[in-house]
Amino acid sequence: MSAKRNKIFLSSFLLLLVFGCANQQKNILESDESQLKLRSIQSRSYDISDKTRLCRTIIATLQDLGFIIDKADENLGSISGTKRSGYSLRMTVTVRPKGDKQMIVRANAQYNLITVEDPEPYQDFFAALSKALFLEAHHIE
Amino acid sequence: MRQPNNFLQFSFVFFCCFILSCQTIPHDALKLSPESLAERQLQTRVFETNDEKMILSACAALLQDLGYQIDESETSLGVILASRDRDVTDPAQVAGAVAMAILFGVATPIDKNQKVFASLTTRPLDEKRIAVRIIFQHMVWNTQNQLVKNECIHDAKIYQEFFSKLSKSVFLEAQGL
Repeated sequence: MSAKRNKIFLSSFLLLLVFGCANQQKNILESDESQLKLRSIQSRSYDISDKTRLCRTIIATLQDLGFIIDKADENLGSISGTKRSGYSLRMTVTVRPKGDKQMIVRANAQYNLITVEDPEPYQDFFAALSKALFLEAHHIE
Repeated sequence: MRQPNNFLQFSFVFFCCFILSCQTIPHDALKLSPESLAERQLQTRVFETNDEKMILSACAALLQDLGYQIDESETSLGVILASRDRDVTDPAQVAGAVAMAILFGVATPIDKNQKVFASLTTRPLDEKRIAVRIIFQHMVWNTQNQLVKNECIHDAKIYQEFFSKLSKSVFLEAQGL
């Protein structure tokens, strides 16, 4: 009976392993949410044309939220940071112009090993950024 | 008796899977906390100058004095990331682990390695003032290579000491020393 129990245990772990291996390949390019939905959750546009000011305000906002800045590139308009608070929360924020008077800010976050696809944390982030910029965030269509 | 045992084992495996798959971000992870203003004040000092490059250079020099390696920098946005690895083996913890091994025959893991990150940014406030903000975070691994600490450092003394050293470094930089 004990041997049978071991078999059941072994087979369930093998099953998990197989699922795990299949996922490793799949995870490279796949996300759970649809691409457009994710973009709209993670992006906002602001009525601002000064890229440097926007980048610096994003840095200050991330710091207020407890992040340290890991990388920043003004030319590319990208800023990455990590928050460590028992967990690791990594975030990359990019900035790109939309016409002459607007900028699109896109943020994506990774909580430990999981991509954050829940809208609420992004709403919190953009609320904090809007407060720091004294500007209203517009949803992207 | 066999049936319930198998059931228990299966439930345990599925419970583990459930825990792994249901990790979600804490609801306040990206909310401004009431302490964020006090934290910002603790981590920031303002220098009366308009020379941001000079300030950044003084900061980099100080980080080097403190044994940090510069990992990343972007002068146009006033960003420096530095880190430092250290052995944090504590004699008291070693003694505790030895006592546990002798008394109960169990190997107790103790803190071994620490990586400290120092994230420094500069930001011009107006024509004459530049704010410098430093944030320290650290990760600590034990002798079994498990991550036991992964957090921001909030100790006010560390920040005060850093800024008192930075004032000297800025003075030296301004004097071209």
